[in-house]
Amino acid sequence: MSRRPGFLVYGLLTAFVLGSAFPLYWSFVIGSVTKERAIQSPLPLWPGGHFLDNARRVFDQIDFWAALGNSVIISAVSAVSVVFFATLAGYSFAKLRFRGSNVAMAFVVATMAVPTQLAFVPLLKQFSNLGLDGTRTAVVLPFLVTAFGVFFMRQYLLDAVPDELIEAARVDGCSQLRTFWTVAVPAARPAMAILALFTFMQTWTEFMWPLLVLQGSDVQTLQTALDQLKIAPAGGIADIALLQAGTLLATIPLLVLFIATGRQLVAGIMQGAVKG
Amino acid sequence: MTTIQASRSADTAPRPTGTPVPPAGPTWRQRLSQWDFRWSPYLYVLPFFLLFAAVGLYPMVYSGYLSFFSWPRYGVTHGEGVGFANYAHVLTDPVFHKAFWNTVGIFLLSSVPQVVIATVIAAMLDTPLRGRTWWRMSVLLPFVVAPAATALIFGSIFADRTGLANELLRAVGLSGIEWHSDRFASWTAIATMVNYRWTGYNTLIILAALQAIPRQLYEAAAMDGASRVEQFFHVTLPSIRPTMLFVIITATIGGMQIFTEPRLFDTNLQFQGGADYQYLTLTMYVFNTSNSGTDPYPRAAAATWIIVLIIVAIALVNYLVTRQVQRRSER
Repeated sequence: MSRRPGFLVYGLLTAFVLGSAFPLYWSFVIGSVTKERAIQSPLPLWPGGHFLDNARRVFDQIDFWAALGNSVIISAVSAVSVVFFATLAGYSFAKLRFRGSNVAMAFVVATMAVPTQLAFVPLLKQFSNLGLDGTRTAVVLPFLVTAFGVFFMRQYLLDAVPDELIEAARVDGCSQLRTFWTVAVPAARPAMAILALFTFMQTWTEFMWPLLVLQGSDVQTLQTALDQLKIAPAGGIADIALLQAGTLLATIPLLVLFIATGRQLVAGIMQGAVKG
Repeated sequence: MTTIQASRSADTAPRPTGTPVPPAGPTWRQRLSQWDFRWSPYLYVLPFFLLFAAVGLYPMVYSGYLSFFSWPRYGVTHGEGVGFANYAHVLTDPVFHKAFWNTVGIFLLSSVPQVVIATVIAAMLDTPLRGRTWWRMSVLLPFVVAPAATALIFGSIFADRTGLANELLRAVGLSGIEWHSDRFASWTAIATMVNYRWTGYNTLIILAALQAIPRQLYEAAAMDGASRVEQFFHVTLPSIRPTMLFVIITATIGGMQIFTEPRLFDTNLQFQGGADYQYLTLTMYVFNTSNSGTDPYPRAAAATWIIVLIIVAIALVNYLVTRQVQRRSER
């Protein structure tokens, strides 16, 4: 298909992209008009001048900065942990021979098919027995390792590290850990960056588990804070302008991250897909 | 860590030069390094398995155990054994039946259009476009909007009285739709949120598969006089079958667990998925059961295990169908 695409292709793609961007635009339109105007027919199509006012009300109702901080901490810890353990395990599966490695790897892949979310309710009971519920530790614990991470790193390291290099290190008398550190980690760096980014975003957007484990707690993540924003106005009509301003505020950090790293994210998703 | 330190100290240990290595058995250092090569691989994969066992496997097994007991009051681990009563309760609960069909309905409404649109967009992105990277990033944009944010934005678009969707319908002379009380309409609204977030992501996965197809195949097909459309059905689709299966299976697992979108779509604060459970999903059912009055944990655990079995059954059907299709195409 080497023929240059025509106007039809560009037109359809543009329509798709505009459709993708529209909900965010709509969120901004509603978030920037007054509470009353947000539900008045005909609905506004252009942004008004009340975004800052609505934003201020968001900050009054929820502890936005604390929630932002919690989201950053939880997502960062999860990203670092997943990358560390996945690289270690992925290297072992890709490059080291040991009895039972095929069975173990098959098990890792199988766990990818089992929905881990369904462990959440029993896990919650465990955590409340341990008195962990309502803490940041409890939020992050289920996200410290992912089967996907192990799988992703294994696939990458299969090709990225030549066996001869590992042999050479071995002949030079490097211990396993030293070989891992000096040969595998430098080669794995691009994949580690992508996995970190991906994990960060996934933990950031997680909703069900934080909601379960933080019920009635002062600790909130950005996503569960949005849920509180929905409940906040007692009685009457929901304050959609406030809700949309809050939604947009909570989305901005990830949008910024996306603009800065979108290229790598795209490359990572496509890479993981081809090999998976 | 200890292995490194140990081998270093062995390094620096004074070793008299000229002394021949004793022929009987390996030296301390050799033994250490043997030990290192033999056991390190296990050590490296261990953290994953330990953590997974603690936060994935153990709670599931424990909940399986718990599902056979009653739960008299707060503070106790469990009450007396009740056999399959919790399973019977869930399986005969009309609300669970509704949740099951809602989940299947929302899943079908989201996965089918999603895969079709993603394939079409991927095929367009596979042409030599100007600004390739820019287009790829643009289709991924919705992926960074968290499900909670997506649900709240679309909740405002699909509001019954004051939503944009109904305003548009009225503008063209149609009557508005009761998005929250009509069952099919609520499924459509929720499926739209899922499609919004995941279509671009799946587009990129399918695009990656498209780019792995050898270009000569197309040239050969073109030489045989195959049209663009014929090429798509006879070259493209068969080549990306494994990727399509991957996309479908991931969509199935995600679809059976849908929670955030329907929960936030709820405008009354009971979170029961509509006044008549029109859009209560299986995962919401588990969540709500775990907060209910009678036997919350055992019943939620039973429901969880029923869902796991449903997913395993679907995965098995998927597998068998694919094997059948593959066999047929190999003939």
